[in-house]
Amino acid sequence: MNFTRREALVLGAGAAVLVSLPFKASAEIPMVGAVDEFTGGAAVGTGDVSLTAPEIAENGNTVPIEVSAPGATEVRVYAMGNPTPGVAVFKFGPLAAAQSAATRIRLAGTQEVVAIAKMADGSFVKDSKEVKVTIGGCGG
Amino acid sequence: MISRRDFMQVAMAASAIYGGSSFGNWARLAAQQAMSQDDLLSFDTFGNVSLIHLTDIHAQLKPIYFREPEINLGVGGNKGEVPHITGADFRKFYGIEDGSPSHYALTYNDFASLAKGYGRMGGLDRIATVIKAIRADRPDAILLDGGDTWHGSYGCYKTQGQDVVNAMALLKPDAMTFHWEFTLGSERLLELVRDLPFAALGQNIYDAEWDEPAEDFAPYTWFERGGVKIAVIGQAFPYMPIANPGWMFPEFSFGIRDEAMQERVDEVRAEGAELVVLLSHNGFDVDKKMAGQVKGIDVILSGHTHDALPEPVVIGDTIIIASGSNGKFVSRVDLDVREGRMMGFRHKLIPIFSDVIAPDAEVAAQIEADRAPFKSDLEEVIGDADGLLYRRGNFNGTWDDLICNALLEEREADIALSPGVRWGPSILPGQPITREDIWNVTSMSYPNAYRTEMTGEFLKIVMEDVADNIFNPDPYYQQGGDMVRIGGMGYRIDITKPQGSRISDMTLLKTGESIDPAKSYVVAGWASVNEGTEGPPIWDVVEAYIRRKGTVNVTPNETVTVVTG
Repeated sequence: MNFTRREALVLGAGAAVLVSLPFKASAEIPMVGAVDEFTGGAAVGTGDVSLTAPEIAENGNTVPIEVSAPGATEVRVYAMGNPTPGVAVFKFGPLAAAQSAATRIRLAGTQEVVAIAKMADGSFVKDSKEVKVTIGGCGG
Repeated sequence: MISRRDFMQVAMAASAIYGGSSFGNWARLAAQQAMSQDDLLSFDTFGNVSLIHLTDIHAQLKPIYFREPEINLGVGGNKGEVPHITGADFRKFYGIEDGSPSHYALTYNDFASLAKGYGRMGGLDRIATVIKAIRADRPDAILLDGGDTWHGSYGCYKTQGQDVVNAMALLKPDAMTFHWEFTLGSERLLELVRDLPFAALGQNIYDAEWDEPAEDFAPYTWFERGGVKIAVIGQAFPYMPIANPGWMFPEFSFGIRDEAMQERVDEVRAEGAELVVLLSHNGFDVDKKMAGQVKGIDVILSGHTHDALPEPVVIGDTIIIASGSNGKFVSRVDLDVREGRMMGFRHKLIPIFSDVIAPDAEVAAQIEADRAPFKSDLEEVIGDADGLLYRRGNFNGTWDDLICNALLEEREADIALSPGVRWGPSILPGQPITREDIWNVTSMSYPNAYRTEMTGEFLKIVMEDVADNIFNPDPYYQQGGDMVRIGGMGYRIDITKPQGSRISDMTLLKTGESIDPAKSYVVAGWASVNEGTEGPPIWDVVEAYIRRKGTVNVTPNETVTVVTG
């Protein structure tokens, strides 16, 4: 199969449920919440989760990110330097062909972006990336 | 049985002996006034594949003077490492004799006096002669253009890149990647790219809307040479929309994307590539890090940071070649590829001494034909240089001091900002300054000289931001330029500190007072990446200043204190 990203986005919609901010706590879709709310304070290791993000954002208002966590049931993304760090929740049902998803997020400034995956056995693993938001300048 | 690594070292030793003799010869031959084209070009053809690398010529079709940097600091793991050594340390590291042609070509010391002896370097007509000579040895040598080719001169600006495209076409490149070409604007760029008879490469050039590879650029292209299946992958400058005006090419997104790079390498290996070459505009330190992160690249032809290195840098099983800028050098890399692997290499950084290498008549005629409509404008003398005018180096050079002085006086500002770009040839003491010379250091598609007010606090934020683009210890966060040049204000910089605490002691020179974070200052500058920037083009500001002064005198700038830890 040779799908482009455009097609995959449409196809993938059935498999992954994306919840993005901004939603107030009162909204019907659940908030991403704090890290502890997700992990229940369990230890978070490293493992089969990868977060792809640019080292330097071309536009801090819309930063493309991608998470991939084979075997995960849920992945949450946090922008640790944002006023509200919880950014996105991806839930993968048993019929999901691949546990990966892409979206764009807004970053208030240079900060660490973290993806935490809940694996099928209930354990948590994470990956993180420092994303720099710059005012731009003059490259040689 | 000799392992691959041993082979590489054997080849390195062979190369070093060879390179050593040719470097040594230049000095001796030059002393005898007998440096010849044959000496510069002599090369024992090796292996079964030849690569020719030309990069960052910045539209310098005619020979120029270009002084290499005095200050070129490395940070983190690259402190004191190649290419972050200069001057006598550089000559010692590579065994270059003082006063030799290599001293003149590769280091900054005694530049003005050596330049009088050894003359200008570069010229695309001379480069054509070198490429033809290599192709005479190896008819199927692959010529790869690392980008920053269609930018940087009066003629290039006036013809929107056409003069360089015309001259380069005669050299018959096999592939190219990009940086400043995008500042022609997407429409013009694509018009030129779609007509190229060779591959336009950039695995990191993406469609901004869909975040998938852009259709007008290929991630890689294939060659079959000497029975070897070769993949050449392209990597455009990763930070174009940040370092240059993204609004001029909003359809495109870039980035380092080393995960995608690894996928491309794996893909071409799976399709049978026996040699993987990366034609890169990453900059040297980024390429060095990438060579460690991405497995399976044999050769990186490195551009962007304008480093000229007489030997490859070896990282694991990858060799990195840096071929300088402004047409001063061409690299030839011969490779022995057998059994699906690179077994060895021989390399030479060929210096283009314009008085020694004969111009190719066809290319010379093409360059002259494209100059003809502008000839009188180009050659008009505006003034004279009292001292050496140069730009390259991490902090203010005399060319930028002149530009800052012009901004301060012509625009009646307290403080002047000039971008830390690495292109722009040098002018010798006593040399007349022509309009062409002014454009060589200012030509760009966003030249407006703005005049605005900035608070002291904002000025510090700007300087901290730019400083982090150079001195962030992780090369993937570096953009490959030099520090913004400042006129009218002194400061202290500690490059070892994190962003936000590198810059201190900001002082307004005309009063000697410390910069007040809350106070507003009149700031003049140019090359803003913001859309709608207003003001006269910088070349008009500089021309008016030089014309008024007659002879320009730039005193050494001692207002920047650099702490390197």
